[in-house]
Formats: sequence, C-alpha cells, structure tokens
Amino acid sequence: MKHFLEGSIAVAEAVKLCRPGVISAYPITPQTHIVEKLADFVANGELNTEFLNVESEHSAASVVLGSLAAGVRSYTASSSQGLLLMSEVLYNIAGLRLPLVITCANRAISAPLSIWNDQQDSEALRDAGLIQLYVESIQEAVDYHLYAFRLAEDPRVLLPVMVCMDGFVLTHAYEAVDIPQQENVDAFLPEFKLQEKLDTKEPISMGVVADARFYMETRYAIQETMREAQIIMKEMKHEFEKVFEREIYVFFEPYCLEDAEKVIISRGSVAGTVKDVVDEMRKEGKKVGALKLISYRPFPAEKLYEALKGVPEVAVLDRAISLGGFGPMYTEFKALFQGKEKSPKVSGFIGGLGQRDITKDNIREIYEKLEGNEVSCHFLNLNQEYLMQARRYT
Amino acid sequence: MKEISIHARAGQGAITVAALLGTAVFLEGRYALAFPHFGAARMGAPMNSFVRINERPIRIRSQIYEPDYILVVDSTLMRGFNVFQGMKKGGAAYINQPELKAAPVQEGIKVYSIPGDELSSKIFGKPMGNTVLLGAFSAGSGEVALESLEKAVEEKFPEKIARLNKEAFREGHNYFTEKYAL
Repeated sequence: MKHFLEGSIAVAEAVKLCRPGVISAYPITPQTHIVEKLADFVANGELNTEFLNVESEHSAASVVLGSLAAGVRSYTASSSQGLLLMSEVLYNIAGLRLPLVITCANRAISAPLSIWNDQQDSEALRDAGLIQLYVESIQEAVDYHLYAFRLAEDPRVLLPVMVCMDGFVLTHAYEAVDIPQQENVDAFLPEFKLQEKLDTKEPISMGVVADARFYMETRYAIQETMREAQIIMKEMKHEFEKVFEREIYVFFEPYCLEDAEKVIISRGSVAGTVKDVVDEMRKEGKKVGALKLISYRPFPAEKLYEALKGVPEVAVLDRAISLGGFGPMYTEFKALFQGKEKSPKVSGFIGGLGQRDITKDNIREIYEKLEGNEVSCHFLNLNQEYLMQARRYT
Repeated sequence: MKEISIHARAGQGAITVAALLGTAVFLEGRYALAFPHFGAARMGAPMNSFVRINERPIRIRSQIYEPDYILVVDSTLMRGFNVFQGMKKGGAAYINQPELKAAPVQEGIKVYSIPGDELSSKIFGKPMGNTVLLGAFSAGSGEVALESLEKAVEEKFPEKIARLNKEAFREGHNYFTEKYAL
C-alpha cells in the first residue's frame, strides 16, 4: 500500500517487515530517525526484537557481529564518523562471512564538521568485503533493504550488505512509497539459518588466526563470492519482481543509452536530476544519456562494459574523492575500458561534497564540458573566494 | 510542476507544513516531494523546507531556486534576507504578519499577509502560524483542497492535535477568502 513517508521511516518499515532478531543503535545524524522509529516499533509491541542501545558505533557493530555469529538476523545503521568507528568491526563481519544488513545514511566526513550529504563515508568502506548498493529514491531504499537481507543471507553469499542512501536528500525527504505486505516479504525472505554458528551445546571458534598458509585463500574466497553474487543477484531480481510485482534494477539503470553520444554516470539521488536534464536535452535534439550505478561492490565490470562500449563520451560524477588521486568511481570506469577494443573518452567530475547542491545547470555544464578535452578531476561549483581562504591553511 | 519554498526558524514547523502539504497532494492522487534544507540544527535558526507538486513522478532532487510560491512562517526573517529572491512571475507569497509591510517585491508577484500568529494563538494558546498559513495557501493558490489538508493532518497526528490544526487550516482559509477573494 502506498504512503507518503519520510525516507528514514520508510526504511524502518522495511526493516520491520524483515523481522530482525537483534538491532543495535547508536545515534548519528542523518541516520538517527531510522533507529528511532525501529525503537518505537519495539516499544509499541509491533516488532519483537532485541533492541540494544550501546555506547558507541564500535559497540553497535560488535553487538551485531555477535548476534549474527549466533545465527540471528541483525541490523544496524550509521553515517560518517560513526561508520568510520564501525569500520574495524565491519571488516571482521565480512571476513567472518556474517550477513549483516546495514544502512549507510551517506554523510560527509570531518574535518571541517559537516552533517550534510556526500558519499565519502561508504566509499571509505569500499574494500571491506561489503556488498554496496546505492539508491536513488525512497522506494528504492525500501526495495533494496528487502533485497539486501535475502542476498546477504543466501548460503552462497554470506556477506554483509550495505544499503547506501543519501543523507537528508533521501533520509529526511517525504515522497510516496509502497510498503509491501508482510506476507509478501515472508514469501520473499526465507528464515535465516546459519550452518556454522556459535552454540554453547556445540562450541566452535570463529575468526581464528590464519597465518601465511591460510589467509590469502579467505580473501580469494570473498573475491570469488563477489563475482558469483552477480549471478545470484540477477536470480533474486526476478524473484523480487515476481513477489512484489514491480521492476527493479540490481546492477545499474541505463537511461536513454542506446544512441547516446554523451553519458553521465552517477550514483544515488542525483541520478534523478540527471534524468530530468537528459529529457530536456533530448527535446533539444541532443543525444545524451545516463547511467546510474547501483551495485558498486560487486562492481559489475563486464555488464558495464557492454552497456557503455558504444558511447564516445562518458562523464563520471563522483560525490566523494580519493584525495591525492581521483574520484573513486572515475578510477573504476577508467580501468574498465583500459586496453579494450572500444574505449570511450572518460572524464571525471567531483560534485556535491558536503551537500553542495547539484543543479540541472551543473549537469548541463558536464554534458557541455565533454566536448572539450578529457578532464580527470574537475570540481563543480567551487567558490573562488573561499578557495583562496582555504588554501591559506595548507 | 509547481515549486514551493517555506521559510521559518527551526521549531516553527516548516517541515511539518511541507510534509502536510505533500501528504495532502498525495491523497489527491498527485505527486509530491517534500524535503528540508537544514542550516545548523538548533531551535530558532533560520531554515527552509521545500515542496514540489506534479502530475507525474518527481525525479529532480536539487533545491528550489525559482519558487512559484513562498510561505514565510516568521516575518522577522525578512529583515536581512530577501525571501522573494528568484520567485517566478505570477507567483504568490503568503506571509505570517498582521498587515502588509513595505518590502522590495519584484513585479508580478502577489503578496498576501495573513495574521497567522494572532489566529493561531486563539486556537493553540500560543503563536503557531504555520498551519494557518497553509490554510490560506489552499484558498489562495487552489493547488490543494482544504479537505485534503484536513485528511493529511488526521493521518499524521493524534486526534486532539489534528482537531486544533484543522481549525487552524479553516481560520487561514476563511481569512484569505474574506480578505482577498475576488
């Protein structure tokens, strides 16, 4: 049934429908509304779960590591500094092959302090062994949370899944969203059963020492799972569509790609603005298109190559930066075409850091800039006056 | 697509107004996107919220720079800040103040003063002009029906709060109709 809901509330509804046995929570903006609403559900008796308020994000992640190891479906959420504090544990959760579902309400990283949105925080966990899915709308946030639990817990996968939604832009926005029926979610999401779990009756050890003889194989195994997960993700997409009767993309969403001469690749909520600009420019007779990346890890390289190989000009719009290097997505796409027979010109743009607004004019500027020389790291919307001041401190 | 910018101080219900307006539009079977723009998150600090209304799904996520309508919940914000900036020609401003004060308004913009604090004080016992303003907006713009706003507040709030706010909508709606209707 459709409701007009705040993004965070919609996510809490989706998580409730998945019936986690343990939720750990430590507040940080802009994630807080999600766990607050889940706490309400527990207090009202609408959700039967062990809800743990802890003293830090490190503990929040440690709690769900423990509960998952004991074979209980678990959930937590965080942002920015909170996620960084969790990161030590999140690497462990992935290494232990525990299927956590975690929401990242994407937020910039200090200093200077910014509570506002960009995607630097989840980018910092790119290499941790988490599956990362980025959403454009509140409906996608709901859908990918349902999808995430099933994907994470599939015995062929057993990896944590992070659903990344732009802080404020999605967590604090209201729009119409379909919240599925409990029986449909129950039909889609089987009971969680962990084969090897902590059990006092049959004790085992987890996360033991792996010296040079053993460690590399554990990394290789995760790498292989990330590859195989792409087959499973496709299979689950069909099952999702059958149960919930709506279409979802799981790797990326192409938009007017077929005859496009210029394409912008983006991730998250800004993709909506890009699509509006594509429509406007198409009406003016310009052959432009767009691609919204959803699955960042696993990075669906082969599928992306197939989708983009015929495009002469590609722009990658990153809302994070690997300081001293390039936009992180830009590097991936640049590598994607290296040495390939057909290779577009790939330009890198950085925008929206700390929630600097990305307007339709900014998107047009990117399409127009593609006519010139290839750029690797072009910042959008810089204020020259502030720039002079910022440089004084370096 | 119609775009609305709401100016207030944190704590004066700009997000509530945006959410109620969005819900009312949604209940009419149309599309809405309501979202805040936070400054520093402390009570009394100037802040904005935005609403887009459309007959089709809304994809654009940037802020609103050229609103069709503005709602000013706290007219003291107009002291050092041009709330009319960027407004579209033919647009309308609904301002919570007893009577129209001189303000640098562009040509082609209609400005309505609504004594929201006075009218809401009679209902809530304190000045909470946001929903009065929304009632006036409903009467003046025709973008949303009063009944839809009433349904929205019933959906979002407990009975007593809903009843008081429904009264506030009606007060604003009646005031506008009596004072400004052609």
